Amino acid sequence: MADPFLSIQHVRKSFGATTVVQDFNLDVEPGEFVSFLGPSGCGKTTVLRMVAGFEEPSAGKIVVAGKDITRLKPNQRNVGMVFQAYALFPNLTVAQNIAFGLKVAGMPKADTDRRVAEMLDIIKLPQMGDRYPYQLSGGQQQRVALARAIAPKPKLLLLDEPLSALDAKVRVSLREEIRSIQKKLGITTIFVTHDQEEALSISDRIAVMYGGKAEQVGTPFEIYNRPATKFVANFVGTLNVLEGTVTDAASGKVKVSTQEVSLKGKLNGSKSGDTLSLALRPEAISLGRQPGRDSSLSGEISEVHFLGSVIRVRVGIGGNTVSLDTFNSPATPPPAVGEKAEISFSSGDMLVLH
Amino acid sequence: MKSGRFWAWVVFVLGAAYFFIPLIATVEFSMRMRRGAYSFDAYQIVLGDPRFQATFMYSVIAAIFTIILGVLIVVPAAYWIRLRLPQLRPVVEFITLLPLVIPAIVIVFGYIRMYGSNSPLPFLGSDTGTNSLLVIGYATLALPYMYRAVDTGLRTIDVRTLTEAAQILGAGWGTIITRIILPNVLIAVLSGAFLTFAIVIGEFTMASLLNRPAFGPYLQNIGANRAYEPAALAIIAFVITWGCMSLIQILSRFAPRSSNRPN
Ligand SMILES: Nc1ncnc2c1ncn2[C@@H]1O[C@H](COP(=O)(O)OP(=O)(O)OP(=O)(O)O)[C@@H](O)[C@H]1O
Ligand SMILES: [Mg+2]
Repeated sequence: MADPFLSIQHVRKSFGATTVVQDFNLDVEPGEFVSFLGPSGCGKTTVLRMVAGFEEPSAGKIVVAGKDITRLKPNQRNVGMVFQAYALFPNLTVAQNIAFGLKVAGMPKADTDRRVAEMLDIIKLPQMGDRYPYQLSGGQQQRVALARAIAPKPKLLLLDEPLSALDAKVRVSLREEIRSIQKKLGITTIFVTHDQEEALSISDRIAVMYGGKAEQVGTPFEIYNRPATKFVANFVGTLNVLEGTVTDAASGKVKVSTQEVSLKGKLNGSKSGDTLSLALRPEAISLGRQPGRDSSLSGEISEVHFLGSVIRVRVGIGGNTVSLDTFNSPATPPPAVGEKAEISFSSGDMLVLH
Repeated sequence: MKSGRFWAWVVFVLGAAYFFIPLIATVEFSMRMRRGAYSFDAYQIVLGDPRFQATFMYSVIAAIFTIILGVLIVVPAAYWIRLRLPQLRPVVEFITLLPLVIPAIVIVFGYIRMYGSNSPLPFLGSDTGTNSLLVIGYATLALPYMYRAVDTGLRTIDVRTLTEAAQILGAGWGTIITRIILPNVLIAVLSGAFLTFAIVIGEFTMASLLNRPAFGPYLQNIGANRAYEPAALAIIAFVITWGCMSLIQILSRFAPRSSNRPN
C-alpha cells in the first residue's frame, strides 16, 4: 500500500470538559473520496475543522503528504473548503470570488483570468462571471463555492454538508457533479454528510462516525453489507432486527419467538441461552418460499404500503416485525393485511449484532 | 376605526407643529435683516465672514480625522468581538454607551487634568497635541453611534464563515478586513461617519474648553453678539445635519445583499 496522503492519527478534541472527538484515526489515499457519515453532533464537522486548521486537536497528529500540519494556521495549509451556507463573499462577483484565492497567492492577472474562465467552464456557469452571489440560485452559489475552493489547486478538498441547504433534485445532480469534478482533477476529498444515500452513492470509502469515534471505515459495499457494529447496521440502510435466543450454540440453532433458525458458524462465541439481535436487510427477505433460500419464518401480514413499483410489506413474527419489499406485478393482487405469510432468506445474509 | 384615524392625525399634526413652528419661525426671523422686506442678507453676511469659513473648515477637517480614527478603532474591534469574543458584547455595548451618559464637560476636564503641559503626556503643550486630543475626544463622543452602526452592519453578514472562507483561501487578517469585512459593512460605516460628522460640526463644549477655533464656539460667539446672523447660522447647521441624514438614507439603498440566505 502506498503512503496515505492524509493521515489523521489518534486525534482527540475536547471543548472544556466535554470530549467531542476521541481517538479518531483515518488514512486517506491520494485522490480518494472519503465521506464522514454520522448523526448530528457526532463530531464530523469538528474533525473536518481540525483538518482545515480552524480547531486545534487536543491530542494527536494530522499529516498531509508526509508533513505534520497539526499546528499550521488555516491560511498556510493549501486546503480547499466548501461550507454548508455557501459563504461566498457578497461584495465580490462570481469571477472575483473564484479569483480570491489566486489573488491572495499572488498569481499574475492574466493567469488568474485564464484560471477563472477554466473554473467557470468546469462548473458549467461560463456566462455568470459578472453576477453577484445574490443573483444566483442556491445550487449555482454552491458550484461557485466549489470553483472558488479548487481554483488554487489545493492538495485537499473539504466539504461540510455542502448540499444540505439545497432541494432534493439539485442535491442529487450536484453531488454527481462534485464527484465527477473530483475524479477528473484527482483531488483528495473529505465529504461530510448525514445523508446515507449521499455517502453510499459517491464515496470511495465511508467513515461512519458515532459519539466522536469512527465506528467503521470501509467501502460503501462493506459498510452496507458487512456492518461492523450494531450502530452502523442500524444507521446505514433499513434494517429488520429480530430478537432471538440461542438454543444450541454448537449447531447454531437460534429460537425467534417460537420458531427456530439455523445460523451455523455465525454465532462466534455465543453460549446457549444467550439472547441475540439478528438483523436482515429488507432486500434479503422474500415473501413465500424461494429456491436458494435456506431459512424461513412464518407470521402474519400486519401492514401493506403500495409505493408504485414496489410494495412494502410488514410481517409480524411473534413480537418482531419485519419489513420487506416485493415488486408490483399487475397480474397478481397485492398481499392483504391479516393473511398468514411465510418469509424466506438465506442464513448467510443474516447479521448477528453483538 | 375612524376616530382612531382622526386621533392619529391630531397627534401627528401636534408633533409636526412642535417640530416645524420653531424652525419656520427661525427661518422667517433670519430673513428679516433688511427692514420691511425678506432677504438673505443675514446668510450673505454669515457665509462671507472669514471666521465662518475658517472655523467651518477647521471642524470639517476635525470631523474627517475623527471619522478615520473611529473607523480604525471600531471596525476591527466590533469585528473581533463578533468573531472571537461574543460573550463580551454586552460589556462592550455598555462601554460604548458611556459617552452618552458622561457629559462632555467631564471628559474634557479629565483631559485637561491628565494631559496638561506638566503631565507625562503633555498633549496640551502644543497646537498639534491639542488638536489631536480634540479629535480623540470627538471619537469618544461619536463612539456610541459608530459602534452601533458598524455592529448592525456586521450582523447582516455571517462574519465567522466569511472569515473562515477567506482564511482557508490563504488570506491573512489585513486582507480579510480590507477586502471582505470592510466592503460588506461600508454602508454601515458611512452612516456612522455621517453621524460623526453631524456631531463634530455642532460640538461646542470640548472645542471651547480646549480653546480650539472650531465651528461650535463660533456659533456660540455669534449667537451672543448678533441678532439675525445666529438664526441664519442655525438654519445652515440644520441643513448640513439633515443633508447628512438624507445621505445615510440614500446610501443604505445600496447596501450589498447578503449571500448567506440559504434558499
Ligand atoms: N466550539 C465548540 N464549543 C463547545 N462545543 C462544541 C463546539 N463545537 C462543537 N461542539 C460540540 O461538539 C459536538 C460535535 O459537533 P460537530 O459540529 O462536530 O457535530 P456534527 O457531527 O458536525 O453535527 P451536524 O451533523 O449537526 O453538523 C457537538 O455536541 C457540539 O455541541
Ligand atoms: Mg456539522
